[in-house]
Amino acid sequence: MPVRVQTEDFDVARELAALRGGNRAVGAVAAFIGTVRDVNENAAVAAMSLEHYPGMTEKALAAIVDDAKARWDIIDALVIHRVGTLAPADQIVLVGVTGTHRGEAFAACEFIIDYLKTRAPFWKKEGTAAGARWVDARASDDEAAARWDGTRDPAR
Amino acid sequence: MARRPGAARIRGKLDCVARPGADDVSHLPFPMRDAATATLTLVYLARLREAFGTASERVLPPEGVTTVAALRAWLAARGGNWATELAPGRAVRIAVNHDLALPDTPIGPGDEVALFPPVTGG
Repeated sequence: MPVRVQTEDFDVARELAALRGGNRAVGAVAAFIGTVRDVNENAAVAAMSLEHYPGMTEKALAAIVDDAKARWDIIDALVIHRVGTLAPADQIVLVGVTGTHRGEAFAACEFIIDYLKTRAPFWKKEGTAAGARWVDARASDDEAAARWDGTRDPAR
Repeated sequence: MARRPGAARIRGKLDCVARPGADDVSHLPFPMRDAATATLTLVYLARLREAFGTASERVLPPEGVTTVAALRAWLAARGGNWATELAPGRAVRIAVNHDLALPDTPIGPGDEVALFPPVTGG
């Protein structure tokens, strides 16, 4: 399943159905959907713009999905990430993982979004009453990604 | 380290145009002279693009600037926003040909080097 970076919104049900692809071996589908919050760092967020680094971003997302497939026995995975101007409540990102059982699917899904947040080149800029500001990276995101350091990774 | 595919391709292109006299660009105004001999493409993203006032440029770094760390120091020496944003200790990520790089990652002719703040997607 390819990774996609796009300005358009996505239909979660349609994307997950496509990911499953009628495969009768699939026994679990885990999904994460990230959306735009209306408040961040104690300021009301009226709009958000997201930018990426064409070429590198797609490559980084594909590498994260490959990494997940090497670490867990999953069937397939999908990442869709939006860029451009978004409003509160808009969907930003979809991570979908199919597997035989829920344990591996849940873990791989969480791993993919944790790595995406610290390794995939995307940047958020928020529009607030005080003007536009670039969102700062969070130490908690690095800590979340570091949790996976001990998990098996046969590729390395 | 395996050679990055992009570098060989672009270097090959430069070889094609190399001919006697082609190196002499002293008659060109400075911006064109710079473009004619540039060997490194720099890309700036997000906050750094705004701080530097440009999304990309082509540069010919001086001899000795052969690593990511040396390139960063060379650019910081421009002063102003360059010195501020690239000061030691400031969190700057650098990618060489679309792969995240370390301070000692080598850079060479034809490489695309991107400088950006820590990522905030998801």
